Amino acid sequence: MALYSEKVMDHFRNPRNVGVIEDADGVGEVGNAKCGDIMKMYLKIEDDVVTDVKFETFGCGSAIASSSMATELIKGKPVADAMKLTNKAVAEALDGLPAYKMHCSVLAEEAIQSALEDYYEKHPEKKP
Amino acid sequence: MRIYADNAATTKPSRAAINAMLPFLEEEYGNPSSLYALGQRAKEALEQAREEIAAVIRATPKEIFFTSGGSEADNQAILSAAEIGRKAGKRRIISAAFEHHAVLHTLNRLEKDGFDVTLLDVHENGVVRPAELEAAIRGDTCLVTVMTANNEIGTLQPIRELGAICKKRGVPFHTDAVQAVGHLPVDVDADNIDMLSASAHKFHGPKGVGFLYARNGVRLSNLIEGGAQERGKRAGTENVPAIMGMAAALKESASRMAEDAARMGALRDRLIAGLQEIPHSALNGDAAKRLPGNVNFCFEGIEGEGLLLHLDDRGICASSGSACTSGSLEPSHVLLAIGRAHDVAHGSLRLTIGEDATEEEIDYIIRNVKEVVEYLRGFSPVWRDLTSGKAQFIL
Repeated sequence: MALYSEKVMDHFRNPRNVGVIEDADGVGEVGNAKCGDIMKMYLKIEDDVVTDVKFETFGCGSAIASSSMATELIKGKPVADAMKLTNKAVAEALDGLPAYKMHCSVLAEEAIQSALEDYYEKHPEKKP
Repeated sequence: MRIYADNAATTKPSRAAINAMLPFLEEEYGNPSSLYALGQRAKEALEQAREEIAAVIRATPKEIFFTSGGSEADNQAILSAAEIGRKAGKRRIISAAFEHHAVLHTLNRLEKDGFDVTLLDVHENGVVRPAELEAAIRGDTCLVTVMTANNEIGTLQPIRELGAICKKRGVPFHTDAVQAVGHLPVDVDADNIDMLSASAHKFHGPKGVGFLYARNGVRLSNLIEGGAQERGKRAGTENVPAIMGMAAALKESASRMAEDAARMGALRDRLIAGLQEIPHSALNGDAAKRLPGNVNFCFEGIEGEGLLLHLDDRGICASSGSACTSGSLEPSHVLLAIGRAHDVAHGSLRLTIGEDATEEEIDYIIRNVKEVVEYLRGFSPVWRDLTSGKAQFIL
């Protein structure tokens, strides 16, 4: 029995959407280095759709995999759907996380929420 | 390439250990407490093993008590000294901030029971200062317990000097020597040690067996009641095969200790020099006063678990003091004790090489650690802040 599911290892080994969007419409950063996890999400939004998303993560294997999966789950989706992304959905898409690593999926949800909040602050007219 | 570089976690059982165990699993399965010949042969073998183990640390056989391993030995040593102290009205114990949890958690339990525990500073280099022990000892001190070599950063403690201070002040001295026995010479008399813990699987013996050395005259309290084994101090039928394996492993390790330490020390220094080339990294613990096989680094801007998983993919088994590998939010208490900031402590890597390590393997490790650290820094927001000047480098 491995520490992580095959899905987690796949996203850890080959993280999707790694990097930075220089002219992002929304940027969110959550966590702190003291606790060992920081996630930063960059969103590109056009016509209420998340057209591009990139992430940077300082953290363990499941933190990297959760970030990667979260970006996959919202890329190309309407902003309204991205708003509804839950940590549970991230963990389920990864075929589960060990109980003591569930906070990594929570962090991924929060990072996306934070990036969307940043987007709404810059574009109050878009706020639902 | 497949490289096992986590020998501080456990070691591969030696052929000598396995060969010594097999007859006691196959033919000589008697209970040493039985009076017929099959049992008595097991008893004789057990006592022969006790003699061999005692000889390696310059003790007498009746001062060796077999246990289930290092943790049990630590527990029994500390609780025994506390019991003696309690009866004499002495309730102070001195230890060090970076001890193994088998020691620290036992001390926590005693604190709840009314004992006062003083933890000595281990300073930036991870070494206890004898003068500070001297100053900490008071009339009500019933035990000093300081490990011989730290399990994470490998630093060697001035055991002989610490023991001499304890001897002069009439305080029992215990040392958790789990990482040292079988790797460095231990002489309980010359080193002024009253109690010592050891674990077989750290020196190529089997898991689940170890021993407690208790100087003649130190009264042990039982953790396990129920039989007359181990001179009445540790009940339960002895794990004869494991004990035979432990004795054989220790004897072999002791016989080649000097050559192994010299060769491993040179490889360790090669590994340290190679990893020091990584920018914003730092060796944890004293560079010279350390176990011959231990290398422990912090790399700023990354987290240790990701590093371990990538190294595993590249065939390298290592460990880390990051919170993610401990199952808690706190990074290694050892790294915090030597003054590493939390952020940096999360990015630690421990490589503990074995006796059979080669230069080629060391170079392979260096190359791969460099690549993985660089890769992980490439998408670390912490590293971005550090390199863009938004945050200050610590290392």
